[in-house]
Amino acid sequence: MSVEITSPRFKDNAKRALADGPLQAALSKVGPGFIGKRTAAADKLPEFDALRDSARDIKDHTLAHLDLYLERFEEKVKAAGGHVHFAVDAADARDIVTKICRDLGARTVTKGKSMISEEIGLNDHLSAAGIEPVETDLGEYLIQIRGEAPSHIIAPAIHLNKEQVEEDFRRVHTHLAPERNLSEPTALLAEARGELRQKFLVADVGITGANFLVAETGTSIIVTNEGNGDLTQTLPKAHIVLASLEKLVPTLEDVSQLLRVLARSATGQEMSVYTTFSTGPRRPGDPDGPGEYHVVILDNGRSGMLGGPLKEMLRCIRCGACMNHCPVYHAVGGHAYGWVYPGPMGSVLTPALIGIEKGANLPNASTFCGRCEEVCPVRIPLPKLMRHWREKEFERHLTPAPQRYGLAVWGFFARRGWLYRPATGLAMTLLSVLGRKKGRFAALPLAGGWTGHRDFPAPEGGTFQAQWRAQRAARNTRHANRDAKKDARP
Amino acid sequence: MPFSSPRNADLSPPRVGLFCTCLVDMIRPSVGFAAAKLLEEAGCDVDVPAQTCCGQPAFNSGDRATARALAEQVIAAFENFDYVVAPSGSCAGMIKAHYPELFTGEPDWTGRVDRFCAKVHELVSFLVDVRGVTRVDAAYDGTVTYHDSCSGLRELGVKDQPRALLASVEGLTLSEMVDADTCCGFGGTFCVKYPDVSNAIVEKKAANIVASGADTLLAGDLGCLMNMAGKLQRQGRPVVARHVAEVLAGMGDAPALGEPASEKAP
Repeated sequence: MSVEITSPRFKDNAKRALADGPLQAALSKVGPGFIGKRTAAADKLPEFDALRDSARDIKDHTLAHLDLYLERFEEKVKAAGGHVHFAVDAADARDIVTKICRDLGARTVTKGKSMISEEIGLNDHLSAAGIEPVETDLGEYLIQIRGEAPSHIIAPAIHLNKEQVEEDFRRVHTHLAPERNLSEPTALLAEARGELRQKFLVADVGITGANFLVAETGTSIIVTNEGNGDLTQTLPKAHIVLASLEKLVPTLEDVSQLLRVLARSATGQEMSVYTTFSTGPRRPGDPDGPGEYHVVILDNGRSGMLGGPLKEMLRCIRCGACMNHCPVYHAVGGHAYGWVYPGPMGSVLTPALIGIEKGANLPNASTFCGRCEEVCPVRIPLPKLMRHWREKEFERHLTPAPQRYGLAVWGFFARRGWLYRPATGLAMTLLSVLGRKKGRFAALPLAGGWTGHRDFPAPEGGTFQAQWRAQRAARNTRHANRDAKKDARP
Repeated sequence: MPFSSPRNADLSPPRVGLFCTCLVDMIRPSVGFAAAKLLEEAGCDVDVPAQTCCGQPAFNSGDRATARALAEQVIAAFENFDYVVAPSGSCAGMIKAHYPELFTGEPDWTGRVDRFCAKVHELVSFLVDVRGVTRVDAAYDGTVTYHDSCSGLRELGVKDQPRALLASVEGLTLSEMVDADTCCGFGGTFCVKYPDVSNAIVEKKAANIVASGADTLLAGDLGCLMNMAGKLQRQGRPVVARHVAEVLAGMGDAPALGEPASEKAP
């Protein structure tokens, strides 16, 4: 699915999402579901926070020596009989994948879940080249038949309910009996499994993402809960791994540490159901496996983040904990963010990949509550990185004018206390008098953003600083008088 | 170097500069007086130097230059105190956690800023953690629920301290709401930049507050309180909102936030 970028229209997207009943019903389960499970999993593991530190350090070390580990990885893949392709950008990556498919005369491609595939808009490109892409992760399959983008990085169809899925299945699976019962989730699952089973068997190429690439062995690793990834990569003639360059990890020992925080942070599982290691194509004597093994490593702007103010973002292991704990994501869901990566991690990564001009809304659409940073398994300071984008936006005069002027006026006064104090004193006295009767305002000029949804309290009247000084002065006078009386006594 | 170390409490009371916060200064001075009372009861010598704002709105809007200018102003006004205390986790967090970022790579400033930030505290955690206060002499007739404001909670670790002191308030019952530690949707300028999203978040918060059965909502940050109180009032809910300092200082009988002077508090 190649995604139209609607991030500049975040506000409209959000408004629509807030009015979408089924979406809101689906979103209401995100927080309670994910948060409780993650907390329980973290609480059960005394060394969880120490593992997070270790995970952060592993990623930092790898990123600091990425050239070395990329070379090592390439060497090892080649030694195992595979191929490594470096793609500078999305177009480059699409062309590489399409060429591999064409060279094999591929007509059908099965796909495991891959956010990189979404990022580069691979499915549309393959379709245009006459190659049918079939998503085999259930969530991805659902959004593929709906022509949608994922709304969550690990649960792409979390915005859907089972009635919508039933409707889509009846619309698409027209060769099946119309009177079949699809009221239970298990029936939907069985139908999807039946449909996909055929696709697995006829596919010429299998494409998967990668959660990790291991430099010391040339291994790609995927974690899944459905087993679709294994069928995708084992049955066809070729297995293509799509991964961005920050997926590199030095050793299997490092991976085993990262895996301990990944599933716990994502779904609260100790381990995902399947953790699949792939190293090269089928060897002589292997009972199964692909005839060719390709790894496409995508840059797409990431190398420019190395060593810069956003470098910490490259630690991300795509667990989704930040969005699972984000009040804004809970309110509007993933599609409102308008591109591939939603939630806090998307709010940092998206402007880096599509430009701050298009992505500016996202780092602004955060309350900075800090919960994302609190739960991030690799301790990415997400609010700080969102603030970095706000600074870039401000520096480049991209901040919307009303906000910019409001800030300038406020800044002017706040820097001049001698002007600020009488001005606020006067304004508060006025508001206090106007609001005295009701104690609050239901509407205020220039404050529609506030009073559109909530009342604004009438100030008590007079500033604290003025009252404090008056009281202190009165107290000092009292004390002085008392002392004077004392002195005057004979 | 204008710097004085905290003195021995037995010899002379520590001098505390009260950073009242711009919202308290303008909207609800009672909170400033409540904070001063609590600090004096905890044996502090309180003063309120001339001040404006900590600079957080500029900092979070990407206007680093203004934030930096305001930070310099705050440091100059407060650095001669033994402690700097704010009745707000958000403003105290801005100063303590973020001022150092505004001066990174400036050797002339870093030492001075670090020493300054070490003296900065949120009010209730200062009372409990620094001054060793374990109980307050106050009464409040009502059932309260306490909202954990994000910055205080996550940047400064304010969570148990207000609950510990509230437990000593005579007549007060604490009824915890679901998701007390989830954001209320205020987010400073966020609430006016993205009013619809902010509203959706505060609606959930309001529902949790109402479901707690409390008649009073307490929190340690006026911004969050204004947001939640404004929503509850717009919905016509019979829950009033106060800053936690007002109740701890025994000043919980003043009109609640956004309530007219004639109406008595519960």
